[in-house]
Amino acid sequence: MPVSNKKIIITEEVLDLANLNSVIQSSQGQNGASVVFTGCVRVSESEKGLSGMTLEHYPGMTESLLDEILSQAAKRWQLDRILVAHRVGYLTAGETIVFVGTCGLHRKEAFESAEFIMDYLKNKATFWKKEHYLSDGNVKDIWVESKQRDVDTLKRWKS
Amino acid sequence: MEERVLVKKMIDIKVVFFASFKEQLGCSQMEQSLEQGATIADLCRILSGQGGQWQTLFSEANKNVKVACNHQMAEMSTILNQSDEVAFFPPVTGG
Repeated sequence: MPVSNKKIIITEEVLDLANLNSVIQSSQGQNGASVVFTGCVRVSESEKGLSGMTLEHYPGMTESLLDEILSQAAKRWQLDRILVAHRVGYLTAGETIVFVGTCGLHRKEAFESAEFIMDYLKNKATFWKKEHYLSDGNVKDIWVESKQRDVDTLKRWKS
Repeated sequence: MEERVLVKKMIDIKVVFFASFKEQLGCSQMEQSLEQGATIADLCRILSGQGGQWQTLFSEANKNVKVACNHQMAEMSTILNQSDEVAFFPPVTGG
């Protein structure tokens, strides 16, 4: 069943979580279940000298990959609403990088579809993180490397 | 006697680089002419031929190179066409 409301936001602006939440929950009364996942720049990393990170993406391709992931989710689960928002540009510790919200009839489809979207986003969507560390007055930039444990998350969806 | 010169038809494509690749190469985008029928593997050989970081990044041994053509993930065997946009980037790390 085609999802009636599917939205992708890629922005340099700080994510307005209250607004994003309200978009997902506005139809919850009719649908029963909504799940929201947010991922942020870990504050604990600032103890290791992390001052922030820069997120780069491939404009055009990122949007079409995310659209494809959301379409796949809409085919697998009956959903009323899917919203994905992702930051690009410079972020400081504690800021939200990604928001995924799904809304459907029951909790199972809301939970599973949100996890499916995050797993595919992490493995397929053309975003790259560069961490900025500050130690002894020197700035050191490190491109984050992809992790095998993220690749492994896709196995459960292949059946 | 008629002289016949074989002129190979050429295509022009755009090549873009992202993230660590862009920094490593000191290049975000370039134009490249290729013989018609050339594949992404042919393009990689030309880029590798520039030596230095280009050679390191585009050697056949480097399995960490992801490639897309016109915003779709592509293979080394993908045949390129006039005005295609080919992108090279490392494995993604968003979310």
